[in-house]
Amino acid sequence: MAKIFIYPATSLILSDMVTRFGHTPLGSAIAIRERVQTAGLESAPLQITPEDPKKGLRWAAVEVPSGVRGRMSLYGPMVEECDAAIIINNADLAFGCMGCARTNELLKFLIRQKKMPKLELEYPKNEAEGTQFVAAIKRFLTDLGGKL
Amino acid sequence: MTDYSPANVGTVTRYVVVESFKVTPTDVAIRAYEVAKGVMIKENCFGLGIMGKEEDVNRVIAEVRKMDPAYIFVKDRGFPPGDARRCRATLGGARPGFHGIEFEMTILPYISHALEELDTRDAATVPAPEASQTAPRLDVYTLKKLIDAQEP
Repeated sequence: MAKIFIYPATSLILSDMVTRFGHTPLGSAIAIRERVQTAGLESAPLQITPEDPKKGLRWAAVEVPSGVRGRMSLYGPMVEECDAAIIINNADLAFGCMGCARTNELLKFLIRQKKMPKLELEYPKNEAEGTQFVAAIKRFLTDLGGKL
Repeated sequence: MTDYSPANVGTVTRYVVVESFKVTPTDVAIRAYEVAKGVMIKENCFGLGIMGKEEDVNRVIAEVRKMDPAYIFVKDRGFPPGDARRCRATLGGARPGFHGIEFEMTILPYISHALEELDTRDAATVPAPEASQTAPRLDVYTLKKLIDAQEP
């Protein structure tokens, strides 16, 4: 069973597909759950404390805004931990503020830099594209099963 | 800043999203309650939130998925059900994160269709999706429509 980083990291479809085809999805919920269930200082709503932008320095330089570094403290460890990644490009769902947008760019850059199997797709717009989309994910995940 | 003592440590929470013609979220909730045994189940407009020990949650999910496998979807959630930091009962408006699910629910019928088709067809015979050559840009007519749609 491989650990698959999914982008958009909150995607229901990718999370379900990865689980359905027998692997473990790594997304936002995993990192948030870890923070929400760890004792420390009260920092609602996401339990992101001033320590997180410091941890984010591992993936982003000090002159990068703290919003990006804070977000990277969630995603960075998962990008390092994952065995493969599935990216959906041009996802309306991944739209957000400048912090989210820059984090997304950095995240995709880090995934593409890492030497691991990757699958890049776009959301389907009709049934035929839907079949190609699911078949591509199924093939990708099935092939991983033997290699990892 | 004050100290934070987390609740529900060691549990997982998962959403079950129902986009089916045959079963409703209520049907799925009733089935989930039947096999709950120690997990917390919260019914919502699009399905269920299930919280408990991972193996128990997986067991309940495996059971409810059998009701309509291609039309029931599952995703992880960071917060427990009803958490005041996220629940719309305390915040008002849609829960942050709902809009993502709402967007993907428009695509779920294509995914369900594909899952059913791939039950009888080998995925290797399906051609790979075409990669988009150019990044789509927001055209001026769509932008105008968005501006006009804004409420005063």
